[in-house]
Amino acid sequence: MSKILIVAEHDGAKLNPATAKCVSCAKAIADAEIVVAVFAADGAAVAAQAAAVSGVTRVLQVDHPANAHALAATLAPQVAQLAPGYSHVFGPSTTFGKDLMPRVAALLDTPQLSDVMAAESATRFRRPMYAGNAIVTVEVAAGTQLVATVRTASFEAAPAAAAAAPIEAVAVTAELPTHTRFVSVSGARSDRPDLQTAARVVSGGRALGSADNFKILYDLADTLGAAVGASRAAVDAGYAPNDLQVGQTGKIIAPELYLAFGISGAIQHLTGIKDARTIVAVNKDSEAPIFEIADIGLVGDLFQIVPEIARLVSSGK
Amino acid sequence: MKRILVSIKRVVDYNVRVRVKPDGSGVITDGVKMSINPFDEIALEEALRIKEKGLAEEVVVATIGPADCQQQLRTALAMGADRALHVLTDAAIEPPVAAKLLRKLVDKEQPILAILGKQAIDDDCSQTGQMLAALWGRPQATFASKVEINGDKASVTREVDAGLETLEVDLPAVITTDLRLNEPRYVKLPDIMKAKKKPLETLEAASLGVPLQSALQLLKFEAPAARSRGVMVKDAQELVDALKKKGLL
Ligand SMILES: Cc1cc2nc3c(=O)[nH]c(=O)nc-3n(C[C@H](O)[C@H](O)[C@H](O)COP(=O)(O)OP(=O)(O)OC[C@H]3O[C@@H](n4cnc5c(N)ncnc54)[C@H](O)[C@@H]3O)c2cc1C
Repeated sequence: MSKILIVAEHDGAKLNPATAKCVSCAKAIADAEIVVAVFAADGAAVAAQAAAVSGVTRVLQVDHPANAHALAATLAPQVAQLAPGYSHVFGPSTTFGKDLMPRVAALLDTPQLSDVMAAESATRFRRPMYAGNAIVTVEVAAGTQLVATVRTASFEAAPAAAAAAPIEAVAVTAELPTHTRFVSVSGARSDRPDLQTAARVVSGGRALGSADNFKILYDLADTLGAAVGASRAAVDAGYAPNDLQVGQTGKIIAPELYLAFGISGAIQHLTGIKDARTIVAVNKDSEAPIFEIADIGLVGDLFQIVPEIARLVSSGK
Repeated sequence: MKRILVSIKRVVDYNVRVRVKPDGSGVITDGVKMSINPFDEIALEEALRIKEKGLAEEVVVATIGPADCQQQLRTALAMGADRALHVLTDAAIEPPVAAKLLRKLVDKEQPILAILGKQAIDDDCSQTGQMLAALWGRPQATFASKVEINGDKASVTREVDAGLETLEVDLPAVITTDLRLNEPRYVKLPDIMKAKKKPLETLEAASLGVPLQSALQLLKFEAPAARSRGVMVKDAQELVDALKKKGLL
């Protein structure tokens, strides 16, 4: 039988939906006992949310003042403390999980699989390589403890459970380092849907030309109730903040609807949107590679088309 | 001596459209352009800038892999690295093994910083830097977009899902680079000539006392499910109508 430990991602108050996606990945492994660990300064609220996810058999609440901010160097020894007895240790393939899980794997001296997109059995998984140009089936020897990050775009969040799982408090015995200190985090906390979980995403590329021009995309996004994304070129040029970058080295997303304006469709960008249900591309170049994968394409000037779509949608036409 | 260790990986160039071999045993690399992993170039550039500010005295570049990797080490020397270490092996090296080998190089070189790319664009693992930091028992600042060295500490700004996070770490530490940390310099012809005279030391991987075999078996490679080309519409009205028809508006 598999015993799977999932490291919860949260912001101190709310459980990140990426965690329920890790639970879905773990549920794909037959007969798995699924335990979620919440590391926080005071994890009561988050632990309660984790206990309410269907498939979770137990929640470990690990409270420690050093867990006020998620620092890999501080969390890894605590995860390693809990890990003995588990066959798998999972975390989400977000910047939180990507930072933390390899440090855990090294402390445990286990291999790690990054970006798991399917669990075929307890020992066989699929993951992308080469910016998603190759999908590899990987086998780990039975009996080897495995650390993995779960590609959140590949899994639906596990639903709410009928009854909450039990929550158990665990004390930290691992020695925690002091060589790494949190200073600050800055990000535009907006009222818009989160890019990683939004059903609709409006995305812009280099063609927008300035941060000011990007406003037309925010307006359209607000009309559609969508999140805003961007290509690397748009982020590099300072038109959009870094946390909006979609692609191989940004966020991998799977919205119902992805609207790309003035994005050429470089392979590194397409990797990030392959799992979108419907892709719409607007580009003035009819030869742009984005049209090869778009479900609906429109050749034209985005500066004219974006406001027109917004007008048509808000007038219900 | 204040030294920075930078590790680089030889990978299929980012402009190459990678294809899976028909028999599923891997991807086609014959006759394909190979380059330094773009994130590692950024790592080297950052090390060179730190040295040019007088905050380090030597930049050592290292790679792990077969004899061909010397080309990338020479390029790194031409960019400005002072010397190179080549851990020679024909074995396929997974990140945990790479991290253990780099740990040996850290012992040998005693750097104040090890700078790595945040991921290699071939296996896309994003593991080695974090693993090296764990094995070394030192801080890690991953996905860096800004690095400031202040005496025996560094302040590092990281690109995270929520925006930008700043950490303070004690040195020595491991940093992994994100795209916006810097723009790597171009190599000039005279530098390529000079680089030929710079020291390049080869170490047999097998001599470093690290088991090289991987715990993972790559069973088969497949091309991703293709998305087919959809329909073209002629104006915004048709676009909105098409979305309505799909039930998306
Ligand atoms: C290691 C590495 C990692 C990378 N990771 C990522 C990543 O994660 N995400 C990512 O996006 N990129 C990534 N890239 C960059 C990628 O290769 C491309 O350079 C980038 O995606 C291009 O962005 P773009 O489409 O906005 O710009 P461009 O390629 O310049 O395309 C602009 C497009 O806008 C169109 N256009 C211009 N004006 C108009 C107009 N008025 N109306 C309509 N259309 C117009 C043009 O026809 C063109 O197709 C990475 C690159 C490397 C090397």
